[in-house]
Amino acid sequence: MIELHGIERRFQVGDQVVHALRDLDLTLADGDYAAVMGPSGSGKSTLLNILGLLDRPDAGSYRLDGIETTRLPEERRARLRRERIGFVFQAFHLIPRLTAAENVELPLTLAGRPVRERRQQVAAALEAMGLTPRADHRPDQLSGGQRQRVAIARATVTRPGLLLADEPTGNLDRASGDDVIAALEALNAQGLTLVVVTHDQHLGERARRRIHMDDGAVLAD
Amino acid sequence: MQPTDTLTSAARALTAHPTRTWLTLAAMAFATAAVVLLSALGEGARRYVLDEFMQLGTHLLIIVPGRHETTGGMPPLFGETPRDLTLGDAQALLRSRHVERVAPITVGAAEVSVGALSREVTILGSTADFIDVRRLTLAAGRFLPPGDPDRALPVAVLGQTLAEALFRGESPIGRRLRIGDRRFRVIGLLSAGGVSLGSNLADAAIIPVASAQALFDDPGLFRVLVQAGGRESLDTAADDIRAIIRARHEGEDDVTVITQDALLGTFDRILGALTLAVAGIAAISLAVAGVLIMNVMLVSVSQRTPEVGLLKALGARQRDVLGLFLTEALLLACAGTVAGIALAYAGVWLFNAQFPAFQLVVPVWAPLAAALVSIGTGLLFGLLPARRAARLDPVRALNEA
Repeated sequence: MIELHGIERRFQVGDQVVHALRDLDLTLADGDYAAVMGPSGSGKSTLLNILGLLDRPDAGSYRLDGIETTRLPEERRARLRRERIGFVFQAFHLIPRLTAAENVELPLTLAGRPVRERRQQVAAALEAMGLTPRADHRPDQLSGGQRQRVAIARATVTRPGLLLADEPTGNLDRASGDDVIAALEALNAQGLTLVVVTHDQHLGERARRRIHMDDGAVLAD
Repeated sequence: MQPTDTLTSAARALTAHPTRTWLTLAAMAFATAAVVLLSALGEGARRYVLDEFMQLGTHLLIIVPGRHETTGGMPPLFGETPRDLTLGDAQALLRSRHVERVAPITVGAAEVSVGALSREVTILGSTADFIDVRRLTLAAGRFLPPGDPDRALPVAVLGQTLAEALFRGESPIGRRLRIGDRRFRVIGLLSAGGVSLGSNLADAAIIPVASAQALFDDPGLFRVLVQAGGRESLDTAADDIRAIIRARHEGEDDVTVITQDALLGTFDRILGALTLAVAGIAAISLAVAGVLIMNVMLVSVSQRTPEVGLLKALGARQRDVLGLFLTEALLLACAGTVAGIALAYAGVWLFNAQFPAFQLVVPVWAPLAAALVSIGTGLLFGLLPARRAARLDPVRALNEA
């Protein structure tokens, strides 16, 4: 359950103050599937960063599963990210020197889980993405679609409740893009809350909720 | 994160850039090797000098006329002129059962000539026991004859350099020469090893002490060398000597007794301090290597900024990131240190095989100190880059590529 109330986010650009988000309210129920759409600079990436606890709003309240997050210390926010939120980026952000399996293992390693438990969960996450035969490949040995599916496996290996995807198909061709969308939607069907930021009309149409943004505010929901 | 995971992650990050890692390791290794090698050099020099002293004999006491130590008593009202140390005093010392041998010494400079050749050299007057007290050996002939030290026999024992200068490679034994205006017969030749710290006997002539006293017209002795019965009786021997001299000098304590140990201790301290100083200078190169580690880590942090952003998005805490980068710096420092210590030992081994006369000795503390300093350096210089990484803003870090 996500509840945003009166979220403000301002950036200082030169001597000008830019309002990336102004007085934004948004509620997402568990298992929601929302596409955030809008032109560049409309504040959709800022919204995603705030939802992912990577950024703090200047004003307003953000309750994640009933926990007020805006005033939590960084340590606690890192822990919430680790346990409840998964990220999928446009540029994949896989670590090039690690294999697919090791990249997927990363969040579990950071959480300090025991090795045996890690191995099982990594195997399961890779299997779910159909990547078991690719487990020992490094990112440069994988196709774009495979890389993004490794990233999805990494985002879901800790079984978070919320998956945030920033232009997940932006660097992919149509066919691999469709694969990735199918994978994300399958996860949503299992109950994961899915928020996708996209320019892609085709992708946006598939979501149950379409949130159109412009100039830091929600135009239509 | 679990420590083992931090360690493996850091190690893999290092092996991902082999050239950079090897170069940094080399710098660290050379710096560590410099510290260990230089302290080995200092320690080698210390042992070399101590060995030289040992050649003088370890149960040696040196008696110097005049009192050089202050005892804090009343200052003398009558100008205290120290009494001469005489041959009689020297002979009297043999009354102590802790004194084994006594060698009185007079020293002066005189012209030694054979025919038209002449040379101004040190003339040492002593007795037959001198050769044993100083542990000298002869190359040819014999040493001063034992017997009454008051007899001024016209005989001389020459050092190698002097004999070579006067006799041009011919055997000097039995030849005659003049010392000052007196005639002497050469009866012995010292071996080449007669050089030891403090005096060079190779360019000197040794004559009976009475002859030297007559030659220089001085009844006083320069020194008296005393060989004690053993190392453990050094102190009692010194006490006996003071008592005997006091009795003979009307109750005046007017000689100074120097033990070999005191002399040795002084040199030991000086050379020990020198070794530390040299090692300290070498430690500067460790600091330089530390700056290099910092540089490499800073480059690494800026190259891996998106990776740090990702780690934070995946839930890494500040201290996880700090730990990762600090471990990397420490790994570099530790591996460099181990390689450097190995390098130093290899260098010492090579040097010692090449130059057996002067042995390098690695002091026990040197590798330990080098390891501690370089690990400290790694920590210190790794901290700044690691903190920079830990404090990166995840949003900005992720978008930097």
